[in-house]
Amino acid sequence: MKDKTNFWIVFLFLAPALSAILFFFIVPVISAFLISFTDFDIYTLGDFRRLRFIGFKNYVKLFEDELFYKALLNTFYFVFVGGPLSILVSLSTALLLNSQLVKFKKIFRTIYFLPVVTTIVAVAIVWRYLYHPRFGILNYILSIFGINPIDWLGDPIYAMPAIIILAVWKNFGYNMILFIAGLQNIPSELYEAAELDGASSWFKFKSITLPLLAPTTFFTSIMTMIGYFQLFAEPYVMTQGGPLNSTLSIVLYMYQEGFRWWNMGYSVSIAFVLFVIILIGTLIQFRYEKRIHY
Amino acid sequence: MRSVFIIKKIFLNLLALLIGLITLIPFVWMVSASLMKTGESAKYPPKFFPSELDFSHYIFLFQNLDMAKYFLNSLALAILVTTISLLFNSMAAYAFAKLRFGLKDRLFKFLLSLMIVPGQVTMLPLFLMLKELGFINTYFGIIIPGMAGVFGIFLLRQFMMSIPDSLIDAARIDGASDLKIFFTIILPLCRSVLITLGIFTFIGTWNDFLWPLIVMTDSSMYTLPVALANLMGEHTQDTELMMAGSVITVLPIVILFAFVQKYYISGIMVGSVKE
Repeated sequence: MKDKTNFWIVFLFLAPALSAILFFFIVPVISAFLISFTDFDIYTLGDFRRLRFIGFKNYVKLFEDELFYKALLNTFYFVFVGGPLSILVSLSTALLLNSQLVKFKKIFRTIYFLPVVTTIVAVAIVWRYLYHPRFGILNYILSIFGINPIDWLGDPIYAMPAIIILAVWKNFGYNMILFIAGLQNIPSELYEAAELDGASSWFKFKSITLPLLAPTTFFTSIMTMIGYFQLFAEPYVMTQGGPLNSTLSIVLYMYQEGFRWWNMGYSVSIAFVLFVIILIGTLIQFRYEKRIHY
Repeated sequence: MRSVFIIKKIFLNLLALLIGLITLIPFVWMVSASLMKTGESAKYPPKFFPSELDFSHYIFLFQNLDMAKYFLNSLALAILVTTISLLFNSMAAYAFAKLRFGLKDRLFKFLLSLMIVPGQVTMLPLFLMLKELGFINTYFGIIIPGMAGVFGIFLLRQFMMSIPDSLIDAARIDGASDLKIFFTIILPLCRSVLITLGIFTFIGTWNDFLWPLIVMTDSSMYTLPVALANLMGEHTQDTELMMAGSVITVLPIVILFAFVQKYYISGIMVGSVKE
């Protein structure tokens, strides 16, 4: 029974999925790469003979485009503030739900997880109203503590933090599940031995929990950041990138250039910058993954 | 010591409750505001509950704003993408797990390497291709790029590898073809992982926004998220109406999740297992 399977049988099983991936993923990726070296725009769309190769001009233009820098910077802000904050909340809630002192864990786990499965467009709309400067619940709650109303989505200083708060609320449940699994894999003998030596809770957390959770923390951090680099729906629905472009993200800029202004060559070069950033993140993960395992 | 323990216990339980409230308040307010009279939610101080239940916004959405059509579009697309991709992915997974052919490992590794390419890179050429094929503003525009996925193939292959070869060999000796083995032995054994992947695909397709926004430009083809985002442009001031639209979009997913939570959460674990 170790013979090779008949070619046509292999073909039958592989062809549907692989041809879909070839024609509707691989071919578009290669085309995108080629288009990024052209001046493909709305005129080309009408007449393909207008298409011209312009070498690296799109990429050079990116480096001189202040709006692109702004989008890049905003996205980094979202990723490197929102990412760690999400991980912190996920880890804290996992510790909380792993504590023997807490009741009704299963119900809390379900509730905490609920935002993860819900539609981002819908919840972004809900939060837009929660953030309303005059009638929003958030400012009302803050006013109880004597804090003056904040124009969350109308003030360039607060717009990105507002989107980060929404993202943390929406996503923390996902990594929380992974952290709970990680915590449950830590052998309880380790804690018992430490207790015999009279170790404090903080000491146990610092020298048992954190190191043994390191692989989970690392994995979730990278995956979360890769996901966060693709920020789009939140600013699209809540701010359209404003105010003063303070929430313009890379993908939102790519969408606007490509599908609103039909500067397709330029838009695709933005997508490739995103690709390179994500590639770097993935390579870092591969490189350090083995080192961090205990 | 005893009193410290009790204080700690009370504190942690209150904290869990507080986080639960923060998680739920947006949903509670969404439902509550959707049932308020027009303008009632834009008051200071904000109201948490409607003075009387008003279903008129739901009725208006369905009678005047084509909500039923958007709902059906979303439902049909989620079902079609889920069914087709489960079939295609599991067929490819079977080939990679159980059939013998040259270049198998290389081909599989190549597929895995595709996972690092973010979907946004493909969107523009894909849009142009589908436009040439006349698939813009059709279900095909959403189904075609969703027909197969590397992650799904990977997940199913891992599961199929654990099915003993002896089972398949025995069926072969009895004269069963690979197609018969696949449909009568392999697929039934993969039930749990198929359900998990199916739920992920269904919820993912239902919630998807960027691609439907690009492909569905004609209002009769909108999915719920796209319709909602467009409605937001025209009806920003109608808080209660927007909340009713959000409820219609979110509720089916929440109900589905309530029933299949176990599968969804186990899927997260499987998805994070590295090879």
